[in-house]
Amino acid sequence: MSPTANCPNCGAPIRFRWSSAVQTVCEFCHSILVRRDVNLERVGQVADLPADSSPIQVATEGVYRNRAFQIVGRILYEYEQGGWNEWHAVFSDGASGWLSDAQAEYGVSFAAPMTGLPAAASVARGQQYGFNGVLYEVTCLTRAHYRGVEGELPFEYWNKDEVLFADLEAHDARFATLDYSDPQPLLFLGEMVEFDNLRLKNLRQFEGW
Amino acid sequence: MSAAPPPPQVKSFHCPNCGGPVVIRGFATTLSVVCGNCHSILDAKDPNFAVLQRFQAAERIEPLIPLGTRGKIRGDPYEVIGFQVRTITEEGVDYSWDEYLLFNPYKGFRYLTQYQGHWNDVTVLRTLPEVTNGARPVAKVLGGTFRHFQTAEARTTYVLGEFPWQVHVGETVSVMDFVAPPRMLSSETTGSETTWSLGEYITGQQVWQAFQLPGSPPRPVGVYENQPSPFGGNLKEVWLWCAAFLLFLTLIAMFFSTFARNEEVFHGSYSFAPHANQEPSFVTDVFELKGRTSNVELSTRTDLTNNWAYFNYALINSDTGQAFDFGREVSYYFGRDSDGAWTEGGQRDTAVIPAVPSGRYYLRVEPEMDASAQGVGYEITVRRDVPSISYFLIAALLLLVPPVFWTFRSMGFEQARWHESDYAPASGGGDE
Repeated sequence: MSPTANCPNCGAPIRFRWSSAVQTVCEFCHSILVRRDVNLERVGQVADLPADSSPIQVATEGVYRNRAFQIVGRILYEYEQGGWNEWHAVFSDGASGWLSDAQAEYGVSFAAPMTGLPAAASVARGQQYGFNGVLYEVTCLTRAHYRGVEGELPFEYWNKDEVLFADLEAHDARFATLDYSDPQPLLFLGEMVEFDNLRLKNLRQFEGW
Repeated sequence: MSAAPPPPQVKSFHCPNCGGPVVIRGFATTLSVVCGNCHSILDAKDPNFAVLQRFQAAERIEPLIPLGTRGKIRGDPYEVIGFQVRTITEEGVDYSWDEYLLFNPYKGFRYLTQYQGHWNDVTVLRTLPEVTNGARPVAKVLGGTFRHFQTAEARTTYVLGEFPWQVHVGETVSVMDFVAPPRMLSSETTGSETTWSLGEYITGQQVWQAFQLPGSPPRPVGVYENQPSPFGGNLKEVWLWCAAFLLFLTLIAMFFSTFARNEEVFHGSYSFAPHANQEPSFVTDVFELKGRTSNVELSTRTDLTNNWAYFNYALINSDTGQAFDFGREVSYYFGRDSDGAWTEGGQRDTAVIPAVPSGRYYLRVEPEMDASAQGVGYEITVRRDVPSISYFLIAALLLLVPPVFWTFRSMGFEQARWHESDYAPASGGGDE
């Protein structure tokens, strides 16, 4: 099914759930491995992830707008008021998206390649931007730092400092996120979703719940 | 996944200030937790649970729903993990309400608010409402239109349990409430950030039921801002039903007046003088009342001036002897006094006898007058099956009683609601 390789650090088999993964983490020695052509290169080591309360985990499955997806990795962000997870979701048709979990509020978003995005220095709360014909308003600016990664990601992400995020909301459940981790800002467009509507399987279990 | 963090667990530890037991039930979502013993607010993320703030409470407040209680809200289990009291001060008077923080590790957070026995089930909104500013701002979201109720500064005055934010006693936020009963929309603004939440009015009984609490909930006092009106919801429906019945009634009335025979069956002219030495009573010729059983109208037209006459009538069936007895007084006076000309009464009288079967009838007539009177000339007209709208008018009036009553009650309720708002009638505003 999925391509396999061996960890260049410990030799453990590395099994990819998603054939397009650019980065993964060795489950055994926690090495961060990046694909270079056919080889895997060890670029770092994941520190132990802090305790967190997301009910989602790698291998959780669900359905979004009639498309089945599986969680293959995540990025955990932290900021002064808490933290949130961006779970990397891979859909049955090979598309890659993100299921965010911020204190059990869930959103599904996809990268929206777009040029002419507002620069980090110019973005401010209350500003309005139209993306794909929908008007969004900047509701919140968050400076967060990468706290850890797990599993497979569609890009390299392992050595970042504090990153500015701009959260934008529409007048319905839709939202947009501007990610200033790269010199070229990234735009993600998505919508808030109800937990029950995702029909999630293989969730984490909470003692007593 | 060995890189995955350990499974979340409920955490217990001792307060670094007083040694009292502290529990964290919200797993890693909890940022601050309050020692219930010494009222120290502790940093839940700090390995040593550093004290962030100590607050003095004038009195210990026991939450109506104890911390750690689990209940079922809209089908999902939730645990009470935090409690705070928030206060607004208006014209020197404090108004405080309770907020219960509920947690479910899968579904997240929701709140129950309680003010004088009125409860709201509140969730944070992730959709930006559209606010139209003006004399009376309006907020639209999720297909609802919410009317601005009040804007106030709310400060946190008491906390217990744990919170997914850094809670601080004395912290102030600007709160705006918009209502569309039974829902309400609230915004909380701190600094540059605004959070919107949506509340739905629920009763104390529903809360008691959800958390299986002993005893009974506190009785609600007054009318709450988004309390659904017991009259408002179906006011429209009541009026629609009333209109439907009125239409039906009008159609019946039109039917009966169109198909009424309205037939003159007898007419006679007579005169009467009390002093004449004659037997006053007499009988008329026989006339025929046709058709179905219906009414008979008898009108008496006199030439009375400043006088009265009394007519004893009997409508008698000449075949069966069945009689309808009745009396009519006719009086007509006029004159002039310091206020000008006046009149009283009239020269005509009309009486309707309902439900007279068809058949051959005659009238027995016996006039009376004051013995000194000059006498009277009069005409008697009998009509069969005249259209009568008086019953329909009475029915229509009766039909209007419930909706009018209902509307008044509803208006009273709305008045009580808005009396607590920023838009209370201008009664000086100081007697809130």
